Amino acid sequence: MRVPLSWLAEYVDLPGDATPDSVMAELVKVGFEEEAAHGFDVTGPVVVGQVLEFIPEPQSNGKTINWCSVRVAPEGQKAADGGEDVRGIVCGASNFVVGDKVVVCLPGSVLPGNFAIAARSTYGHISDGMMASAKELSLNDDHGGIIRLGEMGLDPKVGSDAIELLNLADTAAEINVTPDRGYCFSIRGVAREYSHATASEFRDPIGNAQPEVASGFEVSIDDPAGIRGKVGCDRFVLRTVRGVDATRPTPPWMIARLKLAGMRSVSLVVDITNYVMLELGQPTHAYDLDKLSGGMKVRRAAAGETLKTLDGQVRKLDVEDLLITDGSGPIGLAGVMGGESTEVTDSTVNVIIEAAHFDPVSIARSARRHKLISEASKRFERGVDPRVAEFAAARVVQLLEVHAGGTADGLGANYSTLGDAVSVWLPADFAKEITGVEYTVDEVTGVLADIGCVVAHVDGGYEVIPPSWRPDITHKTDLAEEIARIVGYERIGTRLPVAPPGRGLSKNQKLRRAVLTAAVGAGSTEVLTYPFVSEEANGYFADATSKVVLANPMQEESGQLRVTILSGLLDAARRNLSRGLTDLNIFEEGSVFHPTPASGKSFTLPSAAERPTPEVLEAVRATLPAQPKHFAALLTGERVKQQVGVKSQNFDYSDAIALAASVVSATGQELTVRQGTAKGYHPGRTAELFVGETAIGFAGEIAPALAASKDLPRRVAVLEINLDVLYASAPDVRQASPIFGYPAATQDLSLLVGLDVPAGEVRKAIETGAGELLEQVRLIEDYRGENLPEGQKSLTFALRFRATDRTLTQVEASESRDAAVALAGQLFGATIRA
Amino acid sequence: MSGSNPINSGVVDPLVESALAGIAAAADLASLIAARSSLVGEASEISQLNASIKNMPNEFKAEAGALLGAARGKLNGAFAARESELAAIAEAAALAAEAVDVTAWASHAQVGARHPLSLMQDQISDIFIGMGWEIAEGPEVESEWFNFDALNFDADHPARAMQDTFFVEPADAHLVLRTHTSPVQVRSMLEREVPIYVLCPGRVYRTDELDETHTPVFHQVEGLAVDKGLTMADLRGTLEHFARLMFGPEAKIRLRPNYFPFTEPSAELDIWHTAAKGGPRWIEWGGCGMVNPNVLRSAGIDPEVYSGFAFGMGIERTLMFRNGVLDMHDMVESDIRFSQQFGVSL
Repeated sequence: MRVPLSWLAEYVDLPGDATPDSVMAELVKVGFEEEAAHGFDVTGPVVVGQVLEFIPEPQSNGKTINWCSVRVAPEGQKAADGGEDVRGIVCGASNFVVGDKVVVCLPGSVLPGNFAIAARSTYGHISDGMMASAKELSLNDDHGGIIRLGEMGLDPKVGSDAIELLNLADTAAEINVTPDRGYCFSIRGVAREYSHATASEFRDPIGNAQPEVASGFEVSIDDPAGIRGKVGCDRFVLRTVRGVDATRPTPPWMIARLKLAGMRSVSLVVDITNYVMLELGQPTHAYDLDKLSGGMKVRRAAAGETLKTLDGQVRKLDVEDLLITDGSGPIGLAGVMGGESTEVTDSTVNVIIEAAHFDPVSIARSARRHKLISEASKRFERGVDPRVAEFAAARVVQLLEVHAGGTADGLGANYSTLGDAVSVWLPADFAKEITGVEYTVDEVTGVLADIGCVVAHVDGGYEVIPPSWRPDITHKTDLAEEIARIVGYERIGTRLPVAPPGRGLSKNQKLRRAVLTAAVGAGSTEVLTYPFVSEEANGYFADATSKVVLANPMQEESGQLRVTILSGLLDAARRNLSRGLTDLNIFEEGSVFHPTPASGKSFTLPSAAERPTPEVLEAVRATLPAQPKHFAALLTGERVKQQVGVKSQNFDYSDAIALAASVVSATGQELTVRQGTAKGYHPGRTAELFVGETAIGFAGEIAPALAASKDLPRRVAVLEINLDVLYASAPDVRQASPIFGYPAATQDLSLLVGLDVPAGEVRKAIETGAGELLEQVRLIEDYRGENLPEGQKSLTFALRFRATDRTLTQVEASESRDAAVALAGQLFGATIRA
Repeated sequence: MSGSNPINSGVVDPLVESALAGIAAAADLASLIAARSSLVGEASEISQLNASIKNMPNEFKAEAGALLGAARGKLNGAFAARESELAAIAEAAALAAEAVDVTAWASHAQVGARHPLSLMQDQISDIFIGMGWEIAEGPEVESEWFNFDALNFDADHPARAMQDTFFVEPADAHLVLRTHTSPVQVRSMLEREVPIYVLCPGRVYRTDELDETHTPVFHQVEGLAVDKGLTMADLRGTLEHFARLMFGPEAKIRLRPNYFPFTEPSAELDIWHTAAKGGPRWIEWGGCGMVNPNVLRSAGIDPEVYSGFAFGMGIERTLMFRNGVLDMHDMVESDIRFSQQFGVSL
């Protein structure tokens, strides 16, 4: 809401030096955040001038300029800038005649956009000022020519201050109005709040015009079902003004206020209805009485009905839309926008004014359905004071009489089904129970009276009747909030509550931290990518046919939620590479999204008025897709960079598997690896990852074709692990193994096996065959090539043996080794390489 | 007596003198070892004399033995002294040869780093764990019931439209990307016994275009306490404690009235930012308030018996003003330099 200060000052006292910033600083205390300051930004000598004569001068570029002689001060007096009383001014417009009074910006004045006016040489003349258009003064967007003050109904003295004449010195404060305070979409509401913030006196603008009861115009409300059981209209006031001249200009002060409030001047009648809406918060609508046929009926639309609204659009109506209709059919979308057929035009003579109160839910739905968020709908959906309608109608009538030359007529209507206000019980200590602040009885009754309540202090508490403009106050907590807000939050004390002893992080939370720490310890850098991906990217590493799809993505091409984290890491890698960061070891931990058979089905949400049953809650939860936590990493470029005395080494599948091993080990478990295949991975460089017999993911290198398509190097090592699965089998407590101090015996063992025998399987056979004396086994060489039998490779393992109770002899170690060889031989035909 | 002892000091002393000169002359350990064998080895004159003792008349044996013993002792001492002298020289030479330009040091280890947004969530969690609170989590794709309905956002209330929500297809399944971590509060109230003191960090979504201060994917941390007798003073006390642990013992906070559907009274939380550019000032940190009775009721908690407070703030925003991050793009672009400048601490 933008609040012109001159307007606000009519209804609450402002300090003489008030600025938008000072007004916003006060309003923020009572809960209105500041948005911006607005003004016309016109300064300097801007005066009323009169065109004495002008000579049209056609130019070689086809334009005709007018070389004008303009009086800018009474004869013989100095002009406002200290210069001569008559000036030569070059003007590009030609919408004026000799004798017209105009707005002259003299040298030294500054217009919006920091446009400084100076005497300047142009088209062969010295142009000593500028005759301004309404657009140049930011009064409106009309650039059809210069302002002719006579057209605005003005005949001021030559040389007088045009800034004052047009109210261009006024400024506005823009505040954010929260959805519970619809009444503050009005000068009336903001003035009241300003008085709460500053204790200065509030004068209610409804006193500007006295309502008179009009009758004789047939009005009916036909809405038996309503929406959510609520009838769409409970107040409908009509007033008539006859004999208006709709072509008369809007007074400049009204134009300036509308403009500062963010609205465009359209025509006198429309401007007046907008002005009253801004002042009182009540949207009103003016119909051309002579275009109406019969009485008005407020009803829901019938299937197939249409309405051409004021913006020229033909709208297909929904059976939930609330309409204003007459004998001809729909003439307005209630509370949202009027219809074109009964629009007020320049030829309108008789006007009928509607000021009504509509159900907020009905208006909100219609506005959203038609994507037509109007000034009226914005107010109705937040709650308009249902008792201000007749005052607003009277104010429109009054302004039409004063400015449009009309005469009020007794024809109208005054429909109302408003009931008596319901009182709210506020127990004596309730506000204190909420805020911890001790409020006196005077404070409670004073604050509540200030905000417009009728308060009776009785035994044990307060009977409070909230004001009609506060539909948000229905409960004692609403009253406690108002007391806290108006008295001030600075009265609230400080106390640190003591929580019962907590259990610390949950098992999975601890495991997550262990995993992240392990990844960082393994040299990996955490990144966080958006989970929005394209259908194509979701298919890089998964064949899943069903995905979670967004209805309103930021970009159409990224309209799905990720099924793997890796797809996002490819983009992250590419961005880093494009910035010259070619050596990458990055990881991300986060959710991925998979629909389940039960998720994403049509579902009717339960009421939130009370706790749903466990069955209902389970049904709500079942609508959600599965969202397991994953860990993924990507490694490419150099693992070790070339340095003094150090050769570079590149990342490959081993690094991905090693990182996976670190992650698994961080959860107290051991990774095992099998040769595998997975979508998007290199067919010969992919490991399936297991903990025990449970598959937890894959590690390896991505398919070179995929790497190429993403402008990545050929070798991109990756892994992705389902953490939920990994965590499920993690031990709560890790058990220690004893550390034995007897000397170790070490031996190397080279075995010949077939080329297709996995080293991991041979290793497992050695571990099993060697028995408990074998403490550690490490593959140190995989040799293929010369000096080996055809089809065989040589695997060399470094073995470390140790006994728990004695110094081991080499003989014992050798026996153990021989047993290992025997098993490997039995299982894989392995022989000791000679 | 049968004449003088053939092994006398006149014979031995010159041998010792000459041997000592030989020891001193050895320039390195190898020549010292060579000298040792020629001067005191089996073929040496001293050893020869020593061997001759057994053929001498008995009366001379003792004297000759003593004389040669002393000479050998003296020479052994000299050998040992020279040996350690030469060893020290050799070690010094070796050290000199091994000297390097340490400013050309090479790093073999890879250094990893956490993302500061994830680190800050952990850091805040630790503060509240220290106060006995627990950490609660929930799904990012959420039912509108948890994200809105149970939080007192009526289906037709304008506040529901205020949230710039991402909706999931199909619309009639009523799934959204959670717009705040508040649904976790609802889940906590449904799943836990009162009293409840939980902190809910996590990822949230709103349809804001990415710019210097906005991102459609961001992180929040929210706190919820439900207990008997909690008031806004408890809320303020908790926030003050939190602020001091995040921003230092001088940190100050301020509450301003505001509106949220799920709290009443509601407040905007400002923090006095001493390190702000252009001088200390209040800046908006988050929102808070007393849990709206309708929210308690939808979780089956009797608002006539229990009250609660809740607060929430953006992690991105906190990181921006606490750690001087100027542009939101840095937080979302996955440039490794951003994480690496923080390493593993904030």
